Amino acid sequence: MTNDILSGRLDRRSLIKAAAAAGVAQFAAPFVITARAADEIKFGLNDPLTGTYAELGKNEQIGCQLAIEQINAQGGILGRQAQLLVEDSTSADTGIAVQKARKLIERDKVDFLLGNVNSAMAIALGQVSNELKRLHIVTGGHTDSVTGTDCHWNVFRVCNTTRMETNSVSKTLFNKYGKKWYFITPDYAFGHTLQQGFEASLKQFGGTEVGASLTPLGATDFSSYLIQAQAANPEVIIFLLAGQDMVNALKQAVQFGLDKRFHIAGAQQELEVLEGLPPDARIGTWVFEWYWVQPDVPHVKGFVADIRKVNGGKVPSARHWFGYVAAWTCALVANDQKTLDPVKLAKALENFKLPPEIALMPYDTFYRAGDHQLMPTLYVGNAVEKGAAEEDLFKVDELVKGVDAALPVAETGCHLSWPA
Amino acid sequence: MNALGRRGPDIAVWLLLLFLPYWLNWVGGYTSLGSRVLVLGLAAMSLNFLLGFTGVLSFGHAAYFGLGVYGVGLTIKYLVPSTLLGMAVGVIAGAIAAALIGLLIVRLRGIYFAMVTIAFGQVFYFIAYRWNSVTGGDDGLSGWHRMPIDLGLTSIDILGNDKAFYYLVLVCFTVAVAIMAALLRSPFGRTLLAIRENERRARFLGIPVDRHIWLSWVISCLFVSLAGTLYALLNNFADPHDLRWDQSGDFVIMAVLGGMRAFWGPLIGAAIFVVLQDYVSSETANWMSFIGLFFVLVVLFFPRGVLGVIQRRTAA
Amino acid sequence: MTQLLLFNLFNGLIIGAFYALMALGLSLILNLSGVINFAHGGFLAIGGYLAYMLIPHIGFWGALAVAPVLTAVLGLVVERILIRPLYGRDPLYSLLLTFGLAFILEDGTRYIWGPGTLPFTIPIWLSSPLSNTLFFLTGYRLFMVALVVAAVTGLFLILNRTRLGMRIRAGTLDLETVSVLGVNTRILRNLNFGLGIYLAGLAGVLAAGMLGLQPTIGSTLIMPSFVAIIIGGLGSLPGTLLGGLLIGVASGITTVFFPSASEAVIYVLMGLVLLVRPRGLLGEEGRF
Repeated sequence: MTNDILSGRLDRRSLIKAAAAAGVAQFAAPFVITARAADEIKFGLNDPLTGTYAELGKNEQIGCQLAIEQINAQGGILGRQAQLLVEDSTSADTGIAVQKARKLIERDKVDFLLGNVNSAMAIALGQVSNELKRLHIVTGGHTDSVTGTDCHWNVFRVCNTTRMETNSVSKTLFNKYGKKWYFITPDYAFGHTLQQGFEASLKQFGGTEVGASLTPLGATDFSSYLIQAQAANPEVIIFLLAGQDMVNALKQAVQFGLDKRFHIAGAQQELEVLEGLPPDARIGTWVFEWYWVQPDVPHVKGFVADIRKVNGGKVPSARHWFGYVAAWTCALVANDQKTLDPVKLAKALENFKLPPEIALMPYDTFYRAGDHQLMPTLYVGNAVEKGAAEEDLFKVDELVKGVDAALPVAETGCHLSWPA
Repeated sequence: MNALGRRGPDIAVWLLLLFLPYWLNWVGGYTSLGSRVLVLGLAAMSLNFLLGFTGVLSFGHAAYFGLGVYGVGLTIKYLVPSTLLGMAVGVIAGAIAAALIGLLIVRLRGIYFAMVTIAFGQVFYFIAYRWNSVTGGDDGLSGWHRMPIDLGLTSIDILGNDKAFYYLVLVCFTVAVAIMAALLRSPFGRTLLAIRENERRARFLGIPVDRHIWLSWVISCLFVSLAGTLYALLNNFADPHDLRWDQSGDFVIMAVLGGMRAFWGPLIGAAIFVVLQDYVSSETANWMSFIGLFFVLVVLFFPRGVLGVIQRRTAA
Repeated sequence: MTQLLLFNLFNGLIIGAFYALMALGLSLILNLSGVINFAHGGFLAIGGYLAYMLIPHIGFWGALAVAPVLTAVLGLVVERILIRPLYGRDPLYSLLLTFGLAFILEDGTRYIWGPGTLPFTIPIWLSSPLSNTLFFLTGYRLFMVALVVAAVTGLFLILNRTRLGMRIRAGTLDLETVSVLGVNTRILRNLNFGLGIYLAGLAGVLAAGMLGLQPTIGSTLIMPSFVAIIIGGLGSLPGTLLGGLLIGVASGITTVFFPSASEAVIYVLMGLVLLVRPRGLLGEEGRF
């Protein structure tokens, strides 16, 4: 057959035969995700597995899978085994994310919907889950409106709001590093709300915003924005980017030597970003939403070890934790209430406190009643080139309770309306 | 070939579409998948009016698709919560934009025409992306949904009822496709084919080529805007990504996959594209490799598309 | 303000040089073979990843020399199997095939190296700026410009001083006659494609030093490359070079006045060029 290809004489019939054979072989191979069975409690994870958010989605999936394993080992949910169905929402096409959500709920009849990393998709999915009345835990989409103006009775969120992130770190920045701030803001809701949060802090402390640059999402070159930042002569340059944008911006900022003349800081930072940076670019003051080095908190070491086994030996990031908590939340409340009815479960989740072996955090971790936002602990600290262990890239200086950093419910703009 | 033989494929397609919500669930699909195929199929067929039947390639149809998407979303969210009015606004916006832009670009041909459509498409994309206050920016336009259609005597709930929405889509699809088919059968349509086959000769025959291409362009974009409004209603969401050049690229792929020269080709292409992606991406995270391989094989061995293969079989 | 403008002008030239490198490879392939290579970004990514693998063994300079060559070899294989059947057909088909190929390349890199960003390190002495005020003139960026100049010069020399180059140039004008004159056009197109992919691989190694190395690194760069080619003029390599520099500068200057439009401005430029002078700045009339 190879000879045929090389001499261009391959005809359609033999091609179809070969394709069929190859297709069958491939689907039997380790590419396949999971098989589907009936009479199990189904979790539907709708997350990006391709595109720019692929790593984050994949890590959330791994966290979910560990949770499901543990849930089943401990007897399942209401005596039935749990099963995880995963659908790729892609990183940019919300139409596909919505389609997959409908597939999970309408065709696969999942009991719980989990996802998405992408904020726009998280909102769109919330609408679908609300329409089809399923309990929905948003794992990693940070835009404030998910537990704000776009909140729904059936939607809960694990990761922080942008205001929680800015409030946790702003005082430290102001007191320790400087009162004149310049913002590098990605031009979408996540960036805007982070900037607004910091601006509110500046006003409260009496600092100055010397300027801001709005950068296009997915920008590859930040030099012109950094040129503007330098010209404004700040004390702190605040990077409000995420993912690839943050990697590019920090890499370039360090190449320009800006870290030696200004303090570099920001709000949200992730282990995946620090891992993707060359060691000399691992700098700055940031907030982590969960960190794997917590010597004083019980159960964390066990979680880290468990994740290492299924994550190619690598330590878990906050994303693993998001997926883990989201899946466990559903199992815990369902077993607690002895029902799968979404309305009853949602009501029970209000003020629901996570047990320490799931929360993996030093302080009480619970879902707030008025907006369904999880109140975790936030980890303020500095990126380090290398810590005690090889993967220890962040030194935690301060722990802030989420409930202290969050906006009061009345100011979030969330109005929950429950079904009759 | 007798009348039934010629009309046979058409009748088969309509029957399949009419009963889709019933047989699709039976083979493991779900109704909103069918709606999605129909909406994207309409978009691809609209593009093909220009590409397959007039011979002009556009890579920027997503711009008008997007005008439909945002037209209906913005109308329902900020103006009047009416599905039909929203759709009208979307279609009119798309048609007007296409008419105006068409005047500028109709003198270009080939890759130049394709690239200038990309240019306009990308500008629209960036406007949708950056005008955060109005369009919601990257977060998309949410907080609205399809409104029940009030027909005076009764009200059709297309939000809670997937089947009802599917039939709304089918009605719009039918109207659009019937108009396009009628146009293609008319002298106007014959002229378009002549332009596709040999533009220079058509010009020598005295045909006002530019005007015909402009008309074909406007018609094509108008129906793609209609598809856009239906897409937004399907998702209850408006997203700037719907305006990007790769969305335009998807429409072109669907048209080529199914067969550019066949009337139903793009619908078949859309069905294959949507269903294949839906199915493969549920089975494996490496679906991109399979889909990519599929494209490669189709281009190499089935360049006339699926219907092209069948057409050749029946002709032989 | 003038200082800000001047800085952005210089900076734009640097970024433009990078765009030009990417666009030149694309242009080479388009001019001779009439193939629109949508997979160019995928080859760029592979160049970066291969360099990442090689650096621990042969260092940065070794990787810089070897990775593009390996990428070019992959390009030669791809051309032989996938691209060759498409010659003579409508460019639309090459566009669609390479679109599918781009999917395969992106998914392949994600499968082999994972979806995460890999930490790509460049030599320390390269990564510091020249001065505090001119901080954006880092050793690395100046090196990149120097490399692009070297690559363009090399390309110029190949095209004008070697027999292969002469045949490529002749083939761009009239491939049929060249074939009749006894030149093996199949091998010619194959080598030309390899040369174009070499440039993509080189751009990939450079990009990995500036940006995060992850599977989608090439996909954001593909459209600006086409824009550069159109603005400069189809069929003209100096045009492509000029086009790349122009979009870099335009983007940089727009950031000063209207930052939200800094990405869109290159499309506005392209639209203007197409409406006013479709053949591009340095293109020839009736080329496509």
